[in-house]
Amino acid sequence: MKRKIKVRNFHQAKWDEPVIFELSSKGERGILFPEIEKEIEEIVGDGFSTLPENMVRKQPPLLPELSQMQVLKHYLRLSQQTLGADLNVDIGQGTCTMKYSPKINEVLATSPKITELHPSQDESTVQGVLEIIYKLDLFLREISGLDKFTFQPGGGSQAILAMASIIQAYHESRGESEKRDEIISTMFSHPSDAAAPTVKGYKIINIYPNEDGLPAVEALEEAVSDRTAGLLITNPEDTGIFNPKIKEFTEIVHKAGGLCGYDQANANGILGITRAKEADFDLCFFNLHKTFSSPHGCGGPGAGALGVTKELIQFLPVPLVEFDGEKYYFKYDLSHSIGKVRSFYGVIPAILKAYSWIMSLGSEGLKEVAEIAVLNNNYLLKKVLEIQGASAPYAKGRHRIEQVRFSWEKLYQDTGVTTEDVTCRMVDFGFHMWSSHHPFIVPQPFTLEPTESYSKAELDEYIAGLKKVVDEAYENPDFIKNAPHRSVVHKINYDSLDDPEKWAITWRAHLRKNMK
Amino acid sequence: MDKKKKIVHPYIPNSVPEIKAKMLEEIGAKDIDELYEDIPENLRFKGEMNLPEPFPSEYELKKHVEQILSKNQTCKENLSFLGGDSWHHYVPAICDEINQRSEFLTAYAGEPYEDHGRFQTLFEYASMMGELLEMDVVNVPTYDWGQAASTSLRMAARITNRSEVLISENISPDRLLIIKNYCEPVVKIQLIKFSRDTGKIDIEDLKSKLSSDTAGIYFENPSFIGCIEDQGKVISDIAHEKGAISIVGTDPISLGVLTPPSNYGADIVCGDIQALGMHMQFGGGLAGFIATRDEERFVMEYPSRLFGITTTIVEGEHGFGDVTYDRTSFHDRIEGKEFVGTAAALWGITAGVYLALAGPEGMRELGQLILQKSQYAMKKLSEIKGIKIPFKQSAHFKEFVVDFSETGKSVKDINEVLLAKGIFGGKDISSEFPDLGKCAVYCVTEIHTKDDIDKLTQALSDYLEMEDKL
Repeated sequence: MKRKIKVRNFHQAKWDEPVIFELSSKGERGILFPEIEKEIEEIVGDGFSTLPENMVRKQPPLLPELSQMQVLKHYLRLSQQTLGADLNVDIGQGTCTMKYSPKINEVLATSPKITELHPSQDESTVQGVLEIIYKLDLFLREISGLDKFTFQPGGGSQAILAMASIIQAYHESRGESEKRDEIISTMFSHPSDAAAPTVKGYKIINIYPNEDGLPAVEALEEAVSDRTAGLLITNPEDTGIFNPKIKEFTEIVHKAGGLCGYDQANANGILGITRAKEADFDLCFFNLHKTFSSPHGCGGPGAGALGVTKELIQFLPVPLVEFDGEKYYFKYDLSHSIGKVRSFYGVIPAILKAYSWIMSLGSEGLKEVAEIAVLNNNYLLKKVLEIQGASAPYAKGRHRIEQVRFSWEKLYQDTGVTTEDVTCRMVDFGFHMWSSHHPFIVPQPFTLEPTESYSKAELDEYIAGLKKVVDEAYENPDFIKNAPHRSVVHKINYDSLDDPEKWAITWRAHLRKNMK
Repeated sequence: MDKKKKIVHPYIPNSVPEIKAKMLEEIGAKDIDELYEDIPENLRFKGEMNLPEPFPSEYELKKHVEQILSKNQTCKENLSFLGGDSWHHYVPAICDEINQRSEFLTAYAGEPYEDHGRFQTLFEYASMMGELLEMDVVNVPTYDWGQAASTSLRMAARITNRSEVLISENISPDRLLIIKNYCEPVVKIQLIKFSRDTGKIDIEDLKSKLSSDTAGIYFENPSFIGCIEDQGKVISDIAHEKGAISIVGTDPISLGVLTPPSNYGADIVCGDIQALGMHMQFGGGLAGFIATRDEERFVMEYPSRLFGITTTIVEGEHGFGDVTYDRTSFHDRIEGKEFVGTAAALWGITAGVYLALAGPEGMRELGQLILQKSQYAMKKLSEIKGIKIPFKQSAHFKEFVVDFSETGKSVKDINEVLLAKGIFGGKDISSEFPDLGKCAVYCVTEIHTKDDIDKLTQALSDYLEMEDKL
């Protein structure tokens, strides 16, 4: 029997699972701990007698009480009510690079040879993990063309904070940090490219896109001055359009005395094709939980791999991992280190998974990843543009790199159905569809990023889903506006979440405020 | 014979040549290079990336990585007394089972519809932490304790509109570095001394440095040196009198037996949840929490996501969503509070599982075990000639300082000797706290048996006795 490409008759798992506190039954135990040895108790007593009375907890915490299988069951049901990339054609979370996180890497990262290491162990006992860190550093130097990597940042945004800190320390070392108090970024870069530098006291100048969807050289020239500390920019931006003038950008900023930081959180379309070095960047970072396959974990743990040119190595957070030809070791003596952004050396499981992923693919494989990601994206672009009501603003007739920011503006004008409405109906077919970061410069935006992980048939399945929703929107917009209909829950009442009288961020607050 | 056949990699479905060709045809492009035509020649990387020969076969890949990992010596194969910002606790099987579920492992930023489970687990995590801390607001986790403390301090600065903070000197040195980088140059830091006798905060020094410029006071309880700070109410009161905010950093695994900071005046509480179900992973298992009372002036200053529970259009159904999303940098990249990004959500889910398994009784039993075992270790160690427990007049939880100065040996020497016997001695703090002498921070948890502790004391006493005779 031949199955035509059509949307699934999908219904998400719906357990109507209560909040765990409602499952509590006094006296039940989920796990037991060892009993204290009699000999110890004889010597030290109950352990409480030497504590100051005011520091002994009087009331036990009101945690729920469940038996073990009941805890397991509850969480497994909740997991079924979560749409992980492993389960769906996850091309609807643009900028997030929802590629395959190979299971072999999970097997390796859960080995006790990694999980049972304490970060303060003697260097001689952790040569294996230090080797992994050092070698990944070498790989990323090849991929970026820069000179040294640290994996200390716990995510892309923290890597941006580190970049802003390094830029500041650099200018401080030249006596110019007071004068240079501005950072330039663009509106199609990630919000953190603006938000993180403000933590360091920077004023942000954000460049809006021109009619081609790109930041204009003229706009940069206007923004630059002797107050410029640096430029933080992503390329291609969230639109998937590559800025061909990027080298002019870095030149302009360098001429004004600033440094240039490349937000490569998502580098999936350009591995082996173009690098930070050729564009003259001083700093760059990659998200190991995007391009380099470490899983997203519902929002972390992830890792921000931060690289710099040799002139900036002295400013990196400590320690670095180095190799003397025989042993791997930590290097703490950097003359101008910014100190630390995160404890220890980084999110080790993400580092290990990225290492293993690269070792599976090699340089040719990485290039294939990029090329197929771009192939998939341009295939998707063509197909989406065939859907009524959809458009891809800017770069008309041009190809894109790894993702596209589309618009449902025509659909909205024709039917009143918004991009949020479409998202709510797409979930009824087992798909995500993300709009855009704020602010919405492209009206009614939606951003798709297919990566290299999904097959042509899967891309066609997603397109069929979009088409179906659009057909429904033209036929019966109210049905879309009341979606979802086949998901875990129905339309959520969000209003109370902005009302201080009503919002409840914990169950105890909810009981206090809403169950009177 | 053409030896080098182009392989179709299992991770890249559409690299099958026929599929690739079909897709190019549908796009109307001659080859993939055409798709990159907007990248100018002078920006094209002309070379080949010099990466090692890969292992496309899974068997060889596994062998390769395992061979590297085999060079590691773990805390499972050895007996470790290391603590200090990362701790060795027992990880229940259910914690690993849940955080390895594909659904949770690979979800990300979906809506509260198709990702309802993700929202609920994080709301439940925040709720259980709320009970442990006796506070009504807990954030979706941030990177680690250092970040949580840094943000707590910046929150205090924004709330009070002041630009100086006081930080106790007995906090983790690494955390102080993180806080310094995060606060400066916008918020100034001053350190408060701690007593070299009690290990607790020097109240007089605190009073002398407090001013109307002070946004907040930050201390850790238990502190980095393991002492339980029982002057918390005094400190909070002093802070409040001057209009400053009291911020306390704590290890939640202690709160089954220790008074939660909210009970002694803490306005913002932060810490790390690593002990609640995360393997150490060489420092990879960290996640930070921030908690406050449910007051608008606090809630509006969080940079993190905050998940709230609400209703849906169907009676009896509950849903979730972001509380005051507009305050975050996602909504406004300049006016938003600090920044927010991918941090450590999966560890938050895991901590929820841990707390649900432990329950109130479990947390108390666990805390008591740790108190008893660490007290036993302190006593036995102090009985060894040359070894002192400098802060023994104060109560400790889990960690304590051991002073080797009178042995004539450095901590480095001691740890080398212990290592040869398969023991990881406590963390050397001789350079971070030089005026304390030759000291190390030892950590004893529920995983240490009496035999383990005796093995340590025996090894030390054998070595020092032998050295003494020489």
